[in-house]
Amino acid sequence: MKTNKKIYDIIIIGAGVVGCMIARELSQYNVDVLVLEKDNDVCNETSAANSAIIHSGYDPLPNTLKAKLNVLGNAMFDKISSELDVSFKRIGSITLAFNEDDINTLKMLQKRGEENGVVTKLLDYKEVHELEPLLSPKVIGGLYASSAGIINPFTLCVHAMENAIDNGVTLILNEEVKTISKENDIYNINDKHFGKIIINAAGINADDINLLVNKGKDEFTLLPRKGEYIVLNHFKAPFVSHTLFMVPSNKGKGVLISPTTSNNYLIGPSADLVYKDDNTTQKDIINIVKKQAENMICNIPYNETIRVFAGIRATPETHDFIIKESMSENFINVAGIESPGLVSSPAIAKMVVDEIVSKKINLVKKDNYNPYVRKYVHVDKLSFEEKNKLYQENKDYASIVCKCEKVSKGEIIDCLNRSCPPFSIKGLKKRLRVGFGKCQGGMCQSEALSIMASFYNVDKKDILYDNKNSNILLKKMQEED
Amino acid sequence: MNEVKTIDLVVIGGGSAGLAAAISAKNEGIDDILIIEKEEFLGGILQQCIHNGFGLQTFNEQLSGPEYAQRYINEVERLKIKYITNAFVSSISKDKDVYYSSKSEGFVHIKAKAIIISTGCVERTPGQIMLEGKRISGILTAGQAQKYMNIEGYMVGKKAFILGSGDIGLIMARRMTLEGAKVLGVAELMPYSNGLARNIAQCLNDFNIPLFLSHTIKDVIGKDRVEKIIIAKVDEKGNYIENSEKEFEVDTLILSVGLIPYNVLLEGVDAKISSTKGAIVDENYMTSIPGIFECGNSLHVHDLVDYVSLEAKQAGVGASLYLKNMLNSDNDNCQVKCGNNISYIVPQHINVNNIKKDISFKYRVRKPMKNVKVEAYLDDKLIKSISKIAILPSEMEKMTFNKEALANGRELRFEVKEVKL
Repeated sequence: MKTNKKIYDIIIIGAGVVGCMIARELSQYNVDVLVLEKDNDVCNETSAANSAIIHSGYDPLPNTLKAKLNVLGNAMFDKISSELDVSFKRIGSITLAFNEDDINTLKMLQKRGEENGVVTKLLDYKEVHELEPLLSPKVIGGLYASSAGIINPFTLCVHAMENAIDNGVTLILNEEVKTISKENDIYNINDKHFGKIIINAAGINADDINLLVNKGKDEFTLLPRKGEYIVLNHFKAPFVSHTLFMVPSNKGKGVLISPTTSNNYLIGPSADLVYKDDNTTQKDIINIVKKQAENMICNIPYNETIRVFAGIRATPETHDFIIKESMSENFINVAGIESPGLVSSPAIAKMVVDEIVSKKINLVKKDNYNPYVRKYVHVDKLSFEEKNKLYQENKDYASIVCKCEKVSKGEIIDCLNRSCPPFSIKGLKKRLRVGFGKCQGGMCQSEALSIMASFYNVDKKDILYDNKNSNILLKKMQEED
Repeated sequence: MNEVKTIDLVVIGGGSAGLAAAISAKNEGIDDILIIEKEEFLGGILQQCIHNGFGLQTFNEQLSGPEYAQRYINEVERLKIKYITNAFVSSISKDKDVYYSSKSEGFVHIKAKAIIISTGCVERTPGQIMLEGKRISGILTAGQAQKYMNIEGYMVGKKAFILGSGDIGLIMARRMTLEGAKVLGVAELMPYSNGLARNIAQCLNDFNIPLFLSHTIKDVIGKDRVEKIIIAKVDEKGNYIENSEKEFEVDTLILSVGLIPYNVLLEGVDAKISSTKGAIVDENYMTSIPGIFECGNSLHVHDLVDYVSLEAKQAGVGASLYLKNMLNSDNDNCQVKCGNNISYIVPQHINVNNIKKDISFKYRVRKPMKNVKVEAYLDDKLIKSISKIAILPSEMEKMTFNKEALANGRELRFEVKEVKL
């Protein structure tokens, strides 16, 4: 064992949105923070495959962590999205009623909202159809929540980590936590990373990580629940402008239809218990999702489908977030963060730091903490004059790589030069939408791959699609194996 | 701010259609032409199609894709037609403003008097067909695989399976086999092949690659890369037939499941779009926006490049007539309608007064039929009938008429009818 080992004040396991948000929250203080992520990128599982909704918070049962943190988190997003330069729009949500029973449920939800501190408005037939003209005539009313919004979940996560790293946090990728031991109050992870406090934010695997420390004394189980979604391309014809929910059932919030911050439309999710690694998509499940969505909106243009995907949500047996120090001192579980986890994430981070970590370690604010990420350039959103001004500074901004989403080489190079850069084609896609459009990378993947290979000074065959062993190219032609 | 430069004819896309259209317009006396090409070289997708079989109709020779393209590129050079490569048109307007950008010129706004859109097509993706199973590395479209192999010089896999019997998929089955990879089979959802008969023979049969008709992929299995795929037989409704599954251990799944005209620019100007996803055009390939023309695979997907060149030639003539103000714009329109088993016809409406001598209609059928007559009715009167032993959705068909035959017609309709033997 090394003698001059570095001992971190805090080690966070998992770089999903919860891990990233906690890392950023901690980065404003004078503490040494290490984040360990098993994949080769942040935001690579549940945080990358969800509904991307900033829920208003009328739905969770009052006095639960879900209710409290959802409402607190929702209020934080105007500031966070501006600091982290993330697309966020408060477009409002409508929960739709199809019969009198549903109307009664909406009234109950409205009351629940009041208890949670969320203002909602009941809509009659005329009002709901005025807000969403394409609604099925079967919809007879709705519950409108103006504070609900949509966000880009990928850049929320990535930019939070980028900001954390810029403020001194260390991130190690491709580091799956396999062993945790403890000696003289110091946790030892994989026999090489040492920390005083461990925060378990391992998402769907948080129950397994907890077992490494708390086996037999403080266990919990997470049920993997798969949600399958359909993504529609952006198209010109009018479609929906709010997030539309069905009345929630005991299976979850049900299928929603929502615009995304990139002007796509998201339809889903399903909800089925599966194995943890089962992020497959299945035709019969997608067909069920379609059928449910068609109750809300008639004639959904499914011919605009560009992708189907599945995400695994970590459902805790208690149906509330697990956020507390475990029986093992200084080992903090932040687990079971299913919906409304995304919206709650900044409030979860604040709760973990203010209510738990601060009692264990002296947190002193850094003088040079900067909550802002360096502004990202989106060439396509600039005026013609602004574009040419930018071109004078850097000619790569006029070289458009992704034709569907209009992303320039300049934006890709800037992204690669940042502190939480992509190491895979999927990583690039999550950050900049390269390959996210209609052709799904058919036209531009080879160029994106070439740019990454030349930036990292490696052969093209070394560029990965996703995690290790996911190389796109196997070998040069005629090269021996 | 500099004054906006005006150009008579802007051709967007320098592939087979754009090159032929520009050459044709130049030959018709239009001098001020600019071709804008997004890739590094002119020639479009032909540059990655290194197999032969191009040019039989046009040049009476078997050429490779790059050779076929080069004949047109040489002609563009000889005629001194201006072009810019590595340049991407981000939008156009109804008034024919063209906005493009390139590393060499920056962001440029020009005004065109006429525009020809020849932006080609894109491949349908795993997402569009809602491919089941994992979304892992090793799943590529046939065109992607072709680009990586033929342009970049890299192998994409050692053992492959191909979904869809489209021509590029068949070509890639042969290409990968010749490069030492093993292609274990091709699955086609329909009960018939979607590729040209010659490609089935030369790319599959010659290499003993099995073709599974009425089959599709039921599952894609693997951790980080494809390790296994499962195919299953389907009934007419596309439902899996029980116990028909077959497993293949492969590292690569190549999709050749259809091409779709790439028409983002037309959506931006609200041009009328047809069921082909290309524009609705008239006898000169003019869209519903006056002065904006479309041809090639962005209008409708062709089976042979030779027909793209021919169509583009006519679009070039049309654009030149428009620029010379020689097109009749009276409302003497004849609508073209699809009858039994016709999936589409291009053009969709014509003004007989603008036809010089004759006009060709291109169409495809919905499903294969044997021993048929394809009949053309003008205002319900049979004016032409062609007998065919077989007719297939994978092959683009043509029917040509003299101008006189269509005079005063209001509706032209094509029907496919079975002939009782």
